[in-house]
Amino acid sequence: MSGHTDMVLVDENGLRIDGRTADQHRPFKIEAGVLNNADGSAYVEIGKNKVLAAVYGPRECHPRHLQDPTKAIVQCKYNMQSFSVSDRKRPGPDRRSIEISKIISEALEKVVLTELYPRASIDVYIEILQANAGTRCAGLTAASVALADAGIPMRDIVPALAAGKADGHVLLDLNKEEDNYGQADVPIAIIPSTDEIVLLQMDGNMTREEFDYGIKMAVAGCHELHELQKDALKRRYSKKAQEGSE
Amino acid sequence: MEKRNARQTRQIVVPGDILDGTGMRPGENAYVLDGKVRASVMGVRNVFQNTVGVIPLRGGYMPTSGDTVFGVIVDIGPSNWLVDIGAPYPAPLHVSEVPWKVEFGDTSRFLTIGNVVLLKVLAVDESKKISVTMKDSGLRKIEGGRLVKISHTKVSRVIGKSGSMISMLKNMTDCRITVGQNGWIWVYGEDEEADVAVEAIKMIEDLAQSSNLTDRIKEFIEKKIPQDEEYDEGDE
Repeated sequence: MSGHTDMVLVDENGLRIDGRTADQHRPFKIEAGVLNNADGSAYVEIGKNKVLAAVYGPRECHPRHLQDPTKAIVQCKYNMQSFSVSDRKRPGPDRRSIEISKIISEALEKVVLTELYPRASIDVYIEILQANAGTRCAGLTAASVALADAGIPMRDIVPALAAGKADGHVLLDLNKEEDNYGQADVPIAIIPSTDEIVLLQMDGNMTREEFDYGIKMAVAGCHELHELQKDALKRRYSKKAQEGSE
Repeated sequence: MEKRNARQTRQIVVPGDILDGTGMRPGENAYVLDGKVRASVMGVRNVFQNTVGVIPLRGGYMPTSGDTVFGVIVDIGPSNWLVDIGAPYPAPLHVSEVPWKVEFGDTSRFLTIGNVVLLKVLAVDESKKISVTMKDSGLRKIEGGRLVKISHTKVSRVIGKSGSMISMLKNMTDCRITVGQNGWIWVYGEDEEADVAVEAIKMIEDLAQSSNLTDRIKEFIEKKIPQDEEYDEGDE
């Protein structure tokens, strides 16, 4: 958003630097149950983003003062590996990752049936292995698959995807160049069964019309992503049953 | 959990999937949104009379009253022990709920940290406070043997239809086996035989979704422990 470049982000044919059209997302890949020691886990690739998510719980909440006597809390930790970006990232929590942890926890709390587990905590760990813009969306997408994989009761699985603006065009699922040199980035996450929005942020400027159009595109993209999330979870068990019935 | 004999094609559902839109009532692990019943956990769709629910495939153990469970002592107080029973919360075991006469502050003489006990869940209240007892027939401190931990969702497979799987396991391996509702299983027997029993239990957990499980487990144990002729005949 801040940088300037002579790079043409969207050419005269409406194609972006990675060959996508404006309303095309990057290739998705989702796999559930990749870690043995966590209660639930998922691995997600969105374009060049590579994200691992692990879920533990519900378990007793520590520290004690965070306990809620009426419902469980969702504690999320978003962490970027130092090798996830081209300039080594200084490890440890920083302002950005604390913010992302908070918004992802809040988005997940909306779908998890927390009232079933008073005083407990559901811990979600998101590790960004490789970043290429849109890691908070990829992280949330992975986290919700990991939650379902852990068998935690929830209303729905949340997909997340960003819309944005670069070179004056409204685009779906920005990549790194479009994010860095574009005009706006709007990540959203929805509950697919009701189209409720559980996460919405905006960085940069767009007109009202551009914003509405971007949201429409992102919601459609989210639904596509949601199908893959469901598929990843179901695949885990259909594969097992096949192996078993030989 | 018991009534799933009417087994059509097993349909795997994930949270948010529509189970029914024609006016059936929501059963276990289901909720209603806009007149449609939806799943709230990943599992197998299960229809029973007029209700539709989900039998979970994964997930933590949540105790219900009447469950017989294994537990490990994790903390000692002057008048109670804290027991880990694999639930999200530790279960306090009060001195009045053990079969011994325990003086105040003398708790550690009877059970210490790391001891395994067989307990019964008395009650779980709405704030999910668990109370357990050791005052019932068969409930006791466990000595010897080994504890196998599997997912509580697979317990019904380990027991089998009217206990077919578990009785086969016991007969063929010559082990004493007790299954806790929390998925913790105690196996007691000769080392080699107990090894096979533990392996078989792990195998049941792994292959819980497949058909013909009892036969396959039988085959597996036969390979490991050659059975006597009469035993083999009498078993099936």
